[in-house]
Amino acid sequence: MSAKSVKVDLLARVEGEGGFQVKIRDQQVQTAAIKIFEPPRFFEAFLRGRKFSEAPDITARICGICPVAYQMSACQAVEDAFEVQIDPAIQELRRLLYCGEWIESHALHIYMLHAPDFLGYEDVIQMAKDHTDAVLRGLRLKKIGNTLMTVLGGREIHPINVRVGGFYRVPEKRELLALADELKWARDASVETAQWAAGFSFPEFERNYEFVALRHPQEYAIQEGRLVSNRGLDIPVAEYEQHFAEDHVQHSNALHSTDLEHGAYFVGPLARYNLNFESLSPLAQATAKEAGLGRNCGNPFQSILVRAVELVYACEEALRIISRYEAPERPFADVIPRVGAGHGCTEAPRGILYHKYRFDEHGLILSAKIVPPTAQNLKTMEEDLTEFVSSRLHLPKDRLQWQCEQAVRNYDPCISCATHSVKVWIERS
Amino acid sequence: MTVTHPNSILIGIGNPFRSDDRAGLEIVRLLKEQIPREMRCVEETGDGAELLDAWKGADCVILIDAIQSGAPPATVYRFDARAESLPGWFSHASTHTFGVAEAIELSRQMDEMPPKLIVYGIEGLDFSPGTELTPEVAEALPAISKLILREVLKASAVRLTKSV
Repeated sequence: MSAKSVKVDLLARVEGEGGFQVKIRDQQVQTAAIKIFEPPRFFEAFLRGRKFSEAPDITARICGICPVAYQMSACQAVEDAFEVQIDPAIQELRRLLYCGEWIESHALHIYMLHAPDFLGYEDVIQMAKDHTDAVLRGLRLKKIGNTLMTVLGGREIHPINVRVGGFYRVPEKRELLALADELKWARDASVETAQWAAGFSFPEFERNYEFVALRHPQEYAIQEGRLVSNRGLDIPVAEYEQHFAEDHVQHSNALHSTDLEHGAYFVGPLARYNLNFESLSPLAQATAKEAGLGRNCGNPFQSILVRAVELVYACEEALRIISRYEAPERPFADVIPRVGAGHGCTEAPRGILYHKYRFDEHGLILSAKIVPPTAQNLKTMEEDLTEFVSSRLHLPKDRLQWQCEQAVRNYDPCISCATHSVKVWIERS
Repeated sequence: MTVTHPNSILIGIGNPFRSDDRAGLEIVRLLKEQIPREMRCVEETGDGAELLDAWKGADCVILIDAIQSGAPPATVYRFDARAESLPGWFSHASTHTFGVAEAIELSRQMDEMPPKLIVYGIEGLDFSPGTELTPEVAEALPAISKLILREVLKASAVRLTKSV
């Protein structure tokens, strides 16, 4: 009988603190656990008793990489509860802000966090000496994402210009037009990004995932839509909790989400790509094809290519919105609180981010529930590790460990997001 | 007589809502009126990508950041970043993004480092939420500013001499 384990105590190049351990006995994987020891952050608890208008700014603090996602899901949930009608021009501006976040986050993950895995470097600093042009391209791409967030959100991290109903201030057309040239560069650089990443070698690994994402009839869904899956799910956001549940597992300060019918599921770029490929722009589709992607992609290691395709799309969308932009008459819609509950779900760079709030008659929050994308992917990540290691037991330990880390980073996990809450179980015997 | 090579930049780094973390920003604000008019002053959060962008094309960069090394509060460190890497404790504890030390190493690897890059670290005591410096750091700030001003003026003078 032989036993061994592949263990990484502290994962590098992910947000927050976590590790993983795969236990192997007699040439069989016994368990694979993503261990999340980042302390719980109790956001849902301290939202209780706060005013509805504070939800976007408080929840934005959950993450420095995807604050816009938190703000957008929070606004949508509050507006759902109070039946606020949003001017389509405001919706477009929200989409533009969201494009900025996608660009910033995807460029960061592709170039700084994920590419070193494929090119065999410890980190981007080691990689930069041999791949200077690529790193500079990544930094410039990230920068244009930040600039969009600054122009629309007031600053690049934790935007301060978003409010329930719209924005405190909307930009003038000339402010947005000033970004067009750099965005055109970014669109072309995103195509180059896909071509560059297409040259990487990808471990052969595919699983039959359940992908879950938003879908919108007119556009590649980002800030609104119905929840759909490749297993037949097609529901309004308000029914999320009838289909998905959160469980506590001992080795993690983040809850694990499951589809009540099918178990583990997969959210994020790969899910969006598989479910909404037809809604991508012709250039984004062509970029995917040229990078070697088919209509569907079941290999999570290729998520780096899909992020590049989404970069192309986000740059094009930003350009489209800017060219058609006319400042709305009012920067925000009036919001009148009432007793009720509201649901919000938007596509954070890492996947769907669900918010639900209940309010009293003054608009004070009675309860809050937030389900971030990484918590929804944790179970799938563990299943990936089990299957991945099972078919690679012959590899030397350091090589296997390297590839396992890469397998986790396929999901661009944000552990800080995932540990925004914790449930405590007391067992008495 | 004016400085003919205005490509120098003074960068203060910090979060103004984290007590002593604002020390670098406060020093830049204090020095703004006293340094050569041509020298740019910038306030940054410490995001590495933004820093690389901020000092792009500059030939002299002086960077001031609050640090936690375990030394007594208001201790001042000076590093010549071209000659040495910053110590490990200079790294900001963020794993998803990169900070000052990482930006410096990245620029070293890419051969994009400014010809002169001096980093001042000011030891802070309290980094909890708040908009005030602790008294120990606040009291030392004028003296530290003077020290940095000397370096700034020296750097300007050197470049001025070279350019005439």
